[in-house]
Amino acid sequence: MKKYIKLQFILLLSFGITVFSGCERSFSDDVEFATFPANGDVFIDNFSAGLDFFPFVDAGADPEAFSVVTDEVFSGSSAMRFDVPSFGNGFVGATFNTTANRDLSGFDALTFYARASQAASIDAIGFGIDGETNNRFQVTYNGLNVSTRWEKYVIPIPDATQLIAETGLFWLAEGASFEGDEGGYALFFDEIKFERLGTVAQPSPSIFEGQTVTEQTFTGSNITVTGLTQTFNLSTGENVTVTAAPSYYNFMSSDIEVAQVSELGEVTVVGEGTAEITALLGGVLAGGSLEIVSGGGLEPAPTPTLPQANVRSIFSDAYVNDTESNFTPGFGGSTTETTMTSANGDAVLSYANNNFTGIIFENTVDASALTFLHIDIFVQEPGVQVGLQIRDIGANQMIETDVNNGFPIGDDVDFRFDLTGLAVGQWTSIDIPLGGDLITQRNNLGALILVGGPDFLLDNIYFFTE
Amino acid sequence: MKYRNNKMIKSLVLKSLLIFGLVSICGCETDEEQSVVNNFTTNLVMQDEFDIDGPLNSAIWNFDIGDGTAQGIPGWGNNELQYYTDRPENVIIENGFLLITANREDFNGSQFTSARIQTEGKFEQRFGRFEARMRLPFGQGMWPAFWMLGNDENGAIIWPQRGEIDIMEYRGQNPTEVLGSVHGPGFAGGESITKSFFIEDDRFDTGFHVYGIEWGPDFINYYVDDVLYNQITPDDVPDGGEWVFNERPFHILINLAVGGDFVGNPNEETIFPQTMLVDYVRIYENTNEQN
Repeated sequence: MKKYIKLQFILLLSFGITVFSGCERSFSDDVEFATFPANGDVFIDNFSAGLDFFPFVDAGADPEAFSVVTDEVFSGSSAMRFDVPSFGNGFVGATFNTTANRDLSGFDALTFYARASQAASIDAIGFGIDGETNNRFQVTYNGLNVSTRWEKYVIPIPDATQLIAETGLFWLAEGASFEGDEGGYALFFDEIKFERLGTVAQPSPSIFEGQTVTEQTFTGSNITVTGLTQTFNLSTGENVTVTAAPSYYNFMSSDIEVAQVSELGEVTVVGEGTAEITALLGGVLAGGSLEIVSGGGLEPAPTPTLPQANVRSIFSDAYVNDTESNFTPGFGGSTTETTMTSANGDAVLSYANNNFTGIIFENTVDASALTFLHIDIFVQEPGVQVGLQIRDIGANQMIETDVNNGFPIGDDVDFRFDLTGLAVGQWTSIDIPLGGDLITQRNNLGALILVGGPDFLLDNIYFFTE
Repeated sequence: MKYRNNKMIKSLVLKSLLIFGLVSICGCETDEEQSVVNNFTTNLVMQDEFDIDGPLNSAIWNFDIGDGTAQGIPGWGNNELQYYTDRPENVIIENGFLLITANREDFNGSQFTSARIQTEGKFEQRFGRFEARMRLPFGQGMWPAFWMLGNDENGAIIWPQRGEIDIMEYRGQNPTEVLGSVHGPGFAGGESITKSFFIEDDRFDTGFHVYGIEWGPDFINYYVDDVLYNQITPDDVPDGGEWVFNERPFHILINLAVGGDFVGNPNEETIFPQTMLVDYVRIYENTNEQN
């Protein structure tokens, strides 16, 4: 009798096994199994297995600003503390990485509890900093508002299926970025871990912040897809948007004879015509796109012929620069997109949607012995004209401008010249005399201001004498 | 009443065990009919599985059209923003599901369109089990509902005397919460008898869930999937109120409202269109005389 019962039991067991194995699908030979531990813990009551602290010392972060404390915890015995310095005294910034890879593909968010000694907005916080992969799966949440009470925060994973061998589990950077920004306070974190919440839903990825962008380009141009974000709706009903590294996306070109796009979102224009660049994230089509309108090969600007000795160059492949310059000064209210592109290997400056921008010289140019500014300009549409202002910033080496009318004040002077009557589809070379107030003051040239356009290309910008 | 309650819970445990057993045997198959547990002996009397693509079965369903003005309740009594239509853009059966879609569009003076269907004069029933399997929309201002109104005897009995049973209501900005409520004299509108059900580690806009009631003399039980989360009885009716759920048959309504007092209006983050999907509606009668 006993034996009989046992037999029944065994039969029952084997039935169960048969049923379960019936559900199994066999894996193809291509399948690689994630072999790294699926441990989501980052900092519960201490550093989790293999975790280490890497302050951004090279960038100026204070490595002493971080500590593990036991007197201010959300739960358990200890928490992380960062002492954010006051304005002008640096910042706190660090990544927490493991020596051994983790498989995070089963989670949907990084979560933690945080509080601050005063209400604060953390400049950047997230995960995925990994020097070995060039931060391939970096995620950044900008401007996380933290109150003085312990609260739980959720940083969603853009697409967890890709996170099978991760080391960068948590990072942040926070400092007082201007006088009056919060600083000189303490920031606490506890229970930092990856979780599967089950409520991170309704993904809504974007490229170019969801905008449809059009670029007039040429063969050889390079454009990088920017504005990469992923938005999820959380259980609170709140939408949370993070910046996602390009490797989370699959980029596509509608015509690879016109434009090709790499896995890092770098677009290379290879032919004439139009192509649309779009992207998928986790199988969801991202909002936003880039329309490439390529005019084919761009003729290089005429090669300058003056000897180097006659020239102080700002931007030209033909000459050694007299000074490095900032081509994207980011003036408040500027809508200009400036990119460096190439015409058959010759670097040119591409301006799109320009209202006003500038080229700011890192060191002033002494043009006392020089008489002209040379500039080559290429436009693709009739009627484009660009206002050019050549600014001498004076002995004090500071750009001083009347904010009401844009005219130079203090010891600054300028000379203004309109680039007009530009032929379409070809380079126009213009030599502008250093006239007006520059006749008597041009030993501290500091900037070129560019107004209007809105779309044009520039090359061979240099001061010279004949 | 307490005794019955206990019996229900015991029976719930038993049935849960049964369901567990069933799943184990089926293995690969997910049984989508998540029968809930009760002491009902039930008999299916009406069902719409929405299996034929195209328009709704007019033998069962009516459309409520407009913004409520023609019915004498502009904004449908709640300052709702949508204009209900019977256009396929707002209501259609596709791939075995009823789709009720809220669109942001200018239409007859409203900013939004959607749909509301009901069975008045075509199917009404007193007592029984009423359930629907649905996937809900999301976003601030979305207000889907599966509910019932009592027979008004051709307008002779006005709300709330006719009674209202809200089997499921939901706010798109609270994707883990649904509510079950009753309205009647002394407990109507903001004073309704209501209870929320919160789903754990999941949400109502990402998958299908069964929303239902078991309704009998002096009780209404509310469930989501296999979880019985509330029982409302005459004991819950406030002083001066009246239990109006024993005498008359009720008809069914399913709608997706946009904005209004209950949910608040959509904001710039609300994504349109939003669709609620209904897999089926099934109505059972109780043949167990003990109830």
